[in-house]
Amino acid sequence: MAGPTTITPSTPIYAARRRKNFITMAVAYAATGFGLLWLALILIVLFWEGFSGLSLKVFTEMTPPPGSAGGLLNAIAGSLVMTFLAVIIGTPLGVLAGTYLAEYGRYDKLSTVVRFINDILLSAPSIVVGLFVYEIMVAQMGHFSGWAGAVALAVIVVPVVVRTTEDMLTLVPDTLREAAASIGLPRSKMIQKVAYRAARAGMITGVLLAVARISGETAPLLFTALNNQFWSTNLNAPVSSLPVVIFQFALSPYKDWQELAWTGALIITLAVLGLSIIARYLGGQSKKS
Amino acid sequence: MTMANFTVPTVSNTVASTEGLVEKITVQNLDFFYGDHRALKNINVSLYQGKVTAFIGPSGCGKSTLLRILNRMYDLYPNQRATGTVRLDNEDILSPSQDLNLLRAKVGMVFQKPTPFPMTIYENIAFGIRLYEKLPKSELDGRVQHALERAALWTEVKDKLGANGQSLSGGQQQRLCIARTVAVRPEVILFDEPCSALDPISTAKIEELIDELKEDYTIAIVTHNMQQAARVSDFTAFMYLGELVEYGETTKIFTAPNDRRTQDYITGRFG
Repeated sequence: MAGPTTITPSTPIYAARRRKNFITMAVAYAATGFGLLWLALILIVLFWEGFSGLSLKVFTEMTPPPGSAGGLLNAIAGSLVMTFLAVIIGTPLGVLAGTYLAEYGRYDKLSTVVRFINDILLSAPSIVVGLFVYEIMVAQMGHFSGWAGAVALAVIVVPVVVRTTEDMLTLVPDTLREAAASIGLPRSKMIQKVAYRAARAGMITGVLLAVARISGETAPLLFTALNNQFWSTNLNAPVSSLPVVIFQFALSPYKDWQELAWTGALIITLAVLGLSIIARYLGGQSKKS
Repeated sequence: MTMANFTVPTVSNTVASTEGLVEKITVQNLDFFYGDHRALKNINVSLYQGKVTAFIGPSGCGKSTLLRILNRMYDLYPNQRATGTVRLDNEDILSPSQDLNLLRAKVGMVFQKPTPFPMTIYENIAFGIRLYEKLPKSELDGRVQHALERAALWTEVKDKLGANGQSLSGGQQQRLCIARTVAVRPEVILFDEPCSALDPISTAKIEELIDELKEDYTIAIVTHNMQQAARVSDFTAFMYLGELVEYGETTKIFTAPNDRRTQDYITGRFG
């Protein structure tokens, strides 16, 4: 046959491909919709149940005994303090280990081992972390404490920060490292002044993601910080936290406790949402430069 | 075939018109290995003080590898090693006792892709100076200005020294990198295909700059562009498959090369 072949939408092989394409696309949309539906439902229910309880009292009063009014101040404060401490402990460790993996130990066998162990830690169930810290701190000291809670959360922070630090430093082009070396910059200075600067936004994003991760953790705190009905600044004693209060109040038979649990859940969700948006914004900025 | 009319001179590979010139870098019996792969084979070449030496040859011939030995850049990576001697002013820089940071402060490098540091234009320059000298602010300002002037960038950036170095255009970034290199006051500057990512106007500016810089520095340049080599260099080395095929005065290499392979390459028969 001479001349160009004429292909119309009804050419059998092409028509079959169009059908397959249509079906695959429909399935993909359906799956996306299904996933988003649950997310939307969770958010709607959270707002529905939690928003009515959101008032100034939530942020100014302590968790109440059953049957009386109160807020979540001690739980919010406890969560903030323990999260802060966990980040203070976990971030330097994570950044240093990530720096070893990406800069000093890039070609070492040891870094393959460290990376593997870090990946296991990254996906370890948080209840295991709680049990571990219970064994090494709570059991040794003889009582639950805020310090133990902070350490348990720090153990969760470390692998996240190690991972993002390594990933972000690996993205820094080798040409930049060579350029730094070419003016006689020692490696330690190159890392501090050039590599960290180039990777800064991504590394901060990693820390924020770690904060988002630990702010909702319940299991490790149940074994370590436990809970405290009252205002307490003593980190050597049990400390209250939002996730544990939610856990306790939501499972209780008391109506006002259940309402406070919803409100607490809403507060955590909004905080994590806010952090994620900031992290995304920073991550997007680093891509642009 | 035009080659038939070409008379092969009988002189040796190295042209002996180097009287009165000072050897700044002397490479002798240099071999280089990437793991087990021998990338450079018995290289012998000299870079002369105040002259521009160009290294040309097809991709993978080893010219960038050779350049990266002169400041031991290969040391950043494992499984790369050089044997032989490379002397900078009679000091063997391949010796294990060589301080790499001091060597690189003496032998600066400009790369193919502009690599400004993620900091301000001012800091990009001042950063390198502060590494080795503690200067009062006014003197540091002067050094920064001088370096930017040497790189023909001062008039373009003097009103925005606080802007990020990465916000400049590609050609400006490359001149910023040259300024950064000059600021450290090296003795030798290595250019590794400095114009291959630049437009013709920026390229012309960089070439002009190299011509000015050679008064004070010994310069080596790797380039894919033979016209560029002919324009900027005093000496040219042609490399092929890890060997230095021919080395001599640029005019000689481009008008009357001794080796058939050089002739074929510069006339565009391969590479």
